[in-house]
Amino acid sequence: MKNILQREIPETLEGIGELEPFQGAFTKLRKGWMEEKKVPPPNKATMPHSSKMCSNLKEAIIRTKPRNGMTVSFHHHLRGGDNILVESIRILAELGIKDITLASSSLTSAHEPILPYIKNGTITQIYSSGIRGEIGKAVAQGVMPKPFVIHSHGGRVRSVHTGNIKIDLTVIAASAADVEGNSTGAHGPSAFGSMGYAVIDARYARQVVVVTDNIVDYPCVPQAVTQNFVDYVVKVDSIGDPSKIAGGTTRITKAPMDLQIARLAAQVIEHSGLLKEGFSFQVGAGGASLAVAKYIRKIMKNKDIKGSFLLGGVTSYGVDMLNEGLFKSIFDVQSFDAAVSSSLLTNPYHIEITAGLYANPFNCGCMTNKLDIVVLGALEIDTDFNVNVITGSEGYVRGASGGHSDTASGANLTVVVCPSFRGRIPIVKEKVHTIVTPGESIDVLVTERGICVNPNRPELKENLIKGGIAIKEIKDLAAEVEQITGKAKPIENGERIVGIVEYRDGTIIDVIRQVK
Amino acid sequence: MDTNKKTFKRRTMLYIPGNNPAMLQQGSVYGADGVLLDLEDAVALNQKDAARILVSHMLRYISYEGCEVTVRVNHIDTPFGMDDLKAIVPLQPDAIRLPKVETVDEIRRIIQMVEEIEDEHELPHDKMKIHVMIETALGVQNVYDIASFSARIDAISIGGQDLAADMQLVKANDGIGIDYARKQIVMAAKACKIDVFDTVYVDVENEEGLREEAEYIKKLGFTGKAIINPRQIEIVNEVFTPTEQEIRKAAKIVKAFERNKKEGIGVFAVDGKMVDAPVVQRALRVLEMADIDVAEI
Repeated sequence: MKNILQREIPETLEGIGELEPFQGAFTKLRKGWMEEKKVPPPNKATMPHSSKMCSNLKEAIIRTKPRNGMTVSFHHHLRGGDNILVESIRILAELGIKDITLASSSLTSAHEPILPYIKNGTITQIYSSGIRGEIGKAVAQGVMPKPFVIHSHGGRVRSVHTGNIKIDLTVIAASAADVEGNSTGAHGPSAFGSMGYAVIDARYARQVVVVTDNIVDYPCVPQAVTQNFVDYVVKVDSIGDPSKIAGGTTRITKAPMDLQIARLAAQVIEHSGLLKEGFSFQVGAGGASLAVAKYIRKIMKNKDIKGSFLLGGVTSYGVDMLNEGLFKSIFDVQSFDAAVSSSLLTNPYHIEITAGLYANPFNCGCMTNKLDIVVLGALEIDTDFNVNVITGSEGYVRGASGGHSDTASGANLTVVVCPSFRGRIPIVKEKVHTIVTPGESIDVLVTERGICVNPNRPELKENLIKGGIAIKEIKDLAAEVEQITGKAKPIENGERIVGIVEYRDGTIIDVIRQVK
Repeated sequence: MDTNKKTFKRRTMLYIPGNNPAMLQQGSVYGADGVLLDLEDAVALNQKDAARILVSHMLRYISYEGCEVTVRVNHIDTPFGMDDLKAIVPLQPDAIRLPKVETVDEIRRIIQMVEEIEDEHELPHDKMKIHVMIETALGVQNVYDIASFSARIDAISIGGQDLAADMQLVKANDGIGIDYARKQIVMAAKACKIDVFDTVYVDVENEEGLREEAEYIKKLGFTGKAIINPRQIEIVNEVFTPTEQEIRKAAKIVKAFERNKKEGIGVFAVDGKMVDAPVVQRALRVLEMADIDVAEI
C-alpha cells in the first residue's frame, strides 16, 4: 500500500507487525481521542530503609534479572561523551543476554563500540530518534535481523505510553544522585543539563537503574528523576568523557556559507509577520540553524522586541538571550552544552521539561504546538518540501529525526535552512531518498541560492515579497542546482526493508531499504 | 545609450583564488557587490595554468547573478601575464584588474594588448572595464596620469600589502605608512570621476578593527573595499550603506531643495543648518547608495 506521500509501505513487517500508513500530519490527531490504549506504568513496592545501592553497574544489572528478548533503554543527554550505554550493553553481552531491543532516545558517535554486539546478535533491533556513523552504515546494510525504527522525540514518548516500546530496563546516567535515586543533570563534575528524555523512561520501565559519578547527600536537589521510580543506584568512577559531556559553550559557526544562509533566514523571519512581541522560538544547535539566533538577537535588540519562551534543545546562546531579557523563559528538554547547566540550576525561568510536555502528540497539548518560529536543518529537501534528516547521499543512516517533525508540525513558521548542494551532491532535488518530515509542515526553505515558500502559505509569500525578499519557485531552484551539480544517480537499494520511519503519530511515513 | 552597460554597487569586492573550484562556484552567494577572480597573488606559481583554465571555464558556465565579475590577471611582465590576457579578454568579464601598474607607458602597452585581443575576436573596446591597482611608491606618484589615461579605466585601487613592502615598512597593520598613498589615490580617482577601492583587511578575526578601518576609508572618500573572507562582507556593506537616519535626513534635504528650486531659492536651511548645492549633491549620493529613487520620495 502507498501512504499519502506515495511511499510504498507494506501492510505488515516481520519484527514490527502491522503498519499504518501516514495519512497527513493531523489526520489522526484531529480526532482528539486516540484508539491506541495507554499502558500503565508498573506497580512496584520497596521496603522502608532497604538499600538501593549496588557496588557496581554489573551488580545492578544482574539484580534487574535481565533476560533474552528484553528491551533496554537509555537517554542521550551525555551527547558524545556517554559511556553508560556501551558499558551496559557490554555487561549484558557478558551475561549472555541475546536478542536485545535497544531503545535509546538517540545514538551518537560515542556508541560505536556496540557495533560488534549488533553484529553478533546481542542487539537485534533498535528504536531511536537518530543513528549515525558506523552503526548507521551497518544497520542500513541490513546487519540486524529485525527492522530498526526511527521515531521523533515526541513519537518516542507516544510509543512508550502505548507500549510499542515496552522498556524492561532503563539505565539512567545522572551527574548527581542520592542513595534513593533522586537525580539531576544540572550539577556535579559531569553536569549535562536537562534529563527530559530520561524522565519518561524512568516512569514506564519495569526496572530503573540510576548511575552517577557523584553521590550527593539525601535528598538530591533538584530532582529530574525522583526516587519513587528508581529500583537501583550505582556509583561509578565516570559516566563518560567529561570534556565531551561538559565541554564549554556552543559557539556560533564561522563557516561563511552557514552564516550567509542564517542571515537570509533571519531576514525571512523578520519579514514573516511573526517576529513580534511575545513570540516563541526554537533553533537547532548545528551550523546555520544556531547562527540564525545570532541575527535574530540583533534584530530583536534593534527593534526592541521581547520574546516569550525558547524551547527545545538549549544552548548557552539561548541562555545568553534569556539573561539579556530578550526572552522571558526557557523550556529545556535537552541541553546542548555545559554552560546551560548552571542556568538550569539557578534561574527559575529556565525550566526542565519532559519529552512528553515537549513534543508528545498523544496528550492534551505539547509545547511544540505553541511555537511561533522554528528553524531546522535538512540533509535533503524535495520540490514538495518533504525533508530527509536521516539518510545520507549513499543511503546510509547518518542523522536524527529528533524533534524535526514535532516542531515542524507545531510551529506557525517552520524555516528549513540548508545549502542547495554539498560538494557535488544536490540537497534541493525532485525526490528525497527518505521522508522524515512531510512537506505540508515546512513553510519556507532558505538556501544560499534562493528562498522558496511552500505554495500552501500564500500570505507568507506576500509578506516576504513586501519585505523586499526575492522568492524562487522550489522547482526552479532544484533545476538551477542540477545545472551546477548534474543529476545524481539514484541510490541502489535492495528490496529488503531494514528500517522504518515512524511519523510522530505512529503512522509510517517511509521505509529504509537495504543498501546494496 | 549602451544598454549592455551594467551598473553595480561597489561597496565590497570579494577576492576568490582562481584555483579553488568550490569558492569560485559559490562566490556570488555571500552578498558581495563584486567578485574578484584572482589569477595573481592568491595563486601559487605552479598553479597558474590550472587557475587560468578554471577561471575561464567558470566565466563560461557559472552565473554570478547580481555580482560584478572582475578577473585579476598577472602583471604583463611576468611569464603568465600575456597568457592570462589571451584567455580572459575574449570572455569579457565585467572588468579586468591590472596589478602593480606604475607608469603611463605601462598602461598604454597593456590596453593596446587588450584591444588587439578584442580586435582578433571582433569584440568592442568599450564593454569590459579596466581596473588599475596601485601598489608601489612609483605608482602612487603617477596615479593621476595612469587613472586618466583611458576612459576604459573606471576604477583604481590601492594594494596595501605590496605598497607597504615597496615602502620597506616593517609595521604596516595600523595603516599609518600607507595613509598618504590612500589619500593621493582617492584624490586621483575623484579628479577622474571614477571609483576607488581600498586594500584588504588581513586580520579576519578582528571584526571591530575591520569596521573601524571601513569607517575611516569611507570618510576618506573610497567607494568600497576589497574583501578576503566572506565574513567581512556584511560589516563593510553595513558601513557603506546609509543608515535609516542618514536616509531620512537626505530625503528631507532633497525635498526641501525641490520645493525651494521652484521658488528660485538656491540656499536655504534644513533643521537649522545651511543647505546649498554641494550639500544637496551629497544627499543625492546617500539616496543613490540606499537604492532610493528621488522621484519616489
